[in-house]
Amino acid sequence: MSARLAAIGTLAGVFSALFGVGGGTVIVPLLILWLAYEEREATGTSLAAIVLIALFGAIGHGAFGNVDLAKGLLIAPPAVAGVVAGTALQQRMPQRAVSAVFAVLLVASAAVIAL
Amino acid sequence: MDVAALLAVAFVAGMLGGVVGVGGGVLFVPALVVLMELSQLEAQATSLVGVVAVGIVGAWRQQSYGNLRPRDALAIGLFSLVGVVVGVVAANELPERALEVMFAALSLYFAFGLARRALAPTRTDPASPSA
Repeated sequence: MSARLAAIGTLAGVFSALFGVGGGTVIVPLLILWLAYEEREATGTSLAAIVLIALFGAIGHGAFGNVDLAKGLLIAPPAVAGVVAGTALQQRMPQRAVSAVFAVLLVASAAVIAL
Repeated sequence: MDVAALLAVAFVAGMLGGVVGVGGGVLFVPALVVLMELSQLEAQATSLVGVVAVGIVGAWRQQSYGNLRPRDALAIGLFSLVGVVVGVVAANELPERALEVMFAALSLYFAFGLARRALAPTRTDPASPSA
């Protein structure tokens, strides 16, 4: 149990609470840049961590009545089909290409938030 | 309400999540606001249901490909609870604009690190230091 893992988890929680995201945008870059993870392991481990973070968030928001469960369950099946396709596609991509796609995604989300 | 468009966006969000290891909330939230007319708060809360589904199935697939470190994932997930408390306090104490600028700056910093890595010449030796 390293201090860096604790820092990554804490930072992911902060971002999740502030911006309503699962924390993957923080977890994946930090696993790669701080803990020398390869891209596929970083994304796989991020997805597992996100389950806990999003579950805590959903329970908390649910307690305040903000979760529209019917619409949440509507998006789940196509999203699950998408992630099965996406993870399969990722196995055929060079690992560095995942970093490149992620960098583009980060620049785009920074622009959307800041502008 | 545009259900067909929502389902299409959800598929793309899941696919993006699978490729880069995120939950898809970055697309779920605007889709729920625009297509389902939820408020920003309702959309963020509802999006998390989709994120949980993407995370469970995505982590399961990646485990079958040999790309999951469950102990590290558990540590990150549990420490996120500390972060959520910090985040809620920060949201109440700091101006929203300052938080947005911080988010953008950190995102650009990560993007720089990943882009530099993606563009670096790949080494031929497979040995890499592990933590």
